[in-house]
Amino acid sequence: MTTTTTASTATGTGSTTAAPVKDREEGHGTRRRRRSLSPGRSLPASRLVGPAVLLALWAGASAAGRLDPGAIPAPWTVLRTAGHLWTAGTLPTDILTSLERAAYGFAIGLTAGVALALASGLSRIGEALIDGTVNLNRAIPTLGLIPLFILWLGIGESFKIAIIAIVVYIPIYLNTHAALSGIDSRFVELAEVQGLSRWAFIRQIVIPGALPGFFVGLRLGVTGSWLGLVVLEQINATSGLGYMMFQAQNYGQSDVILVGLLVYGVFGLVSDSTVRLIERRVLSWRRTLSS
Amino acid sequence: MAPNTEQLTRPAVQLRSLTRSFAGRTVLDGIDLDLPAGQFTALLGHSGSGKSTLLRAIAGLDHDVTGSGRLTAPGRVSVVFQDSRLLPWRRVLDNVLLGTDGKDAAAKGRSALAEVGLAGRERAWPNELSGGEAQRAALARSLVREPELLLADEPFGALDALTRIKMHNLLRELWERHRPSVLLVTHDVDEAIVLADRVLVLDQGRIGLDLTIDRPHPRSYRDPLLGEYRERLLAALGVTEDHA
Repeated sequence: MTTTTTASTATGTGSTTAAPVKDREEGHGTRRRRRSLSPGRSLPASRLVGPAVLLALWAGASAAGRLDPGAIPAPWTVLRTAGHLWTAGTLPTDILTSLERAAYGFAIGLTAGVALALASGLSRIGEALIDGTVNLNRAIPTLGLIPLFILWLGIGESFKIAIIAIVVYIPIYLNTHAALSGIDSRFVELAEVQGLSRWAFIRQIVIPGALPGFFVGLRLGVTGSWLGLVVLEQINATSGLGYMMFQAQNYGQSDVILVGLLVYGVFGLVSDSTVRLIERRVLSWRRTLSS
Repeated sequence: MAPNTEQLTRPAVQLRSLTRSFAGRTVLDGIDLDLPAGQFTALLGHSGSGKSTLLRAIAGLDHDVTGSGRLTAPGRVSVVFQDSRLLPWRRVLDNVLLGTDGKDAAAKGRSALAEVGLAGRERAWPNELSGGEAQRAALARSLVREPELLLADEPFGALDALTRIKMHNLLRELWERHRPSVLLVTHDVDEAIVLADRVLVLDQGRIGLDLTIDRPHPRSYRDPLLGEYRERLLAALGVTEDHA
């Protein structure tokens, strides 16, 4: 049956009426259209289908009383708690505190990652100094640095921002650096032939050529910034979303914990979608499987 | 550009005992060569005969190669490669203008694209072009710089036969209009005969044959007089055609 639908929508072989398609199916079967290996047209709002099904299952199970409300409260309980926390003013404050930490850490990590990748990718001295050092840094689990950073910077905001910045800069550095060193040597030759200055070469060939790799690093970095935030706020904080969840754990308020997770999830989804959107705009010249 | 008759008296490219070697293997072995300004020259040779090494030496692209000898070449040199080498992240017009600035650059780029038959494709992305169109864009990119010397390294090698014939006509037409000196590196004897006024055969690092082809243009592959040139060139390349 699938062959009929694909063949009747195809415009390749002359007429698109049903009759010749039928002929072809009843024939020797040798001229059948080949099976397409591309995944095909994407479904409308396809990224929302999975989460929606999950949500429906959760709501259904709660309504049927199959879930222990102390362990997993119903979706509407979570929403009501979120509403209470919002009107009480604690939730907006916690969200702002967390956002501020993530934003500062991410901005510093992004700047450092890009600057180091450029310095390392464009000069041999830079590479000798930077690349090995960053890889050494990568080998140490960043969250393992927390005790040391607390000793150095105190338990305030700066140590949290520093840890998030480290979590963010590493994937951005690695992917951007790999993309920079992977630039086609034929393009370097072209730049020489066209008489580009060093700066024009960097601006017109190196940076656009490294952008796809940079975006891979950026998406990993965004995810990393949330991950760092969650860990930091749950063990060493007196404010923020993670603190709110930690307190809720002590008082057995699973609905508050879920509110925190919900907010983290929304943050993650929105930031990742934003990066994807920018990526699609900037890399519009690429024609890949996803288009 | 100045009239071509005057330019012919002054060599555009001068090589004196040019030697190049890779890892102890001598690729170019003391080449002496003058290319008069405005001449269309083809350079033939087997693969590995050093054709591309010679072209890259003239283009100044041989950074990590040991060698000696004297080489003079004009200031404005353009190179066309076998692949079009268009930057995938720049639209066609921006590719043509790579390395060209100035306030009338865009206008020059548009007219160069029109000359190669790509008017209206300025805003296309390189991966939307066919192989022939991409190579036309590469030609436009080399033209925009108003080169005194155009170096072409098997520019039509990756094209299909029909496109190649069209590109031959286009290249010759462009040469007649702009009169740069041309050095066309190719392994296609017929391409060399149809296009060039002088054909060099590179053999074991030296110029094995230097043949002037004195036939009017446009030339046809079927011109029987060209057959004689063809046989001499094939003989110099060590190939005999079996007519049995």
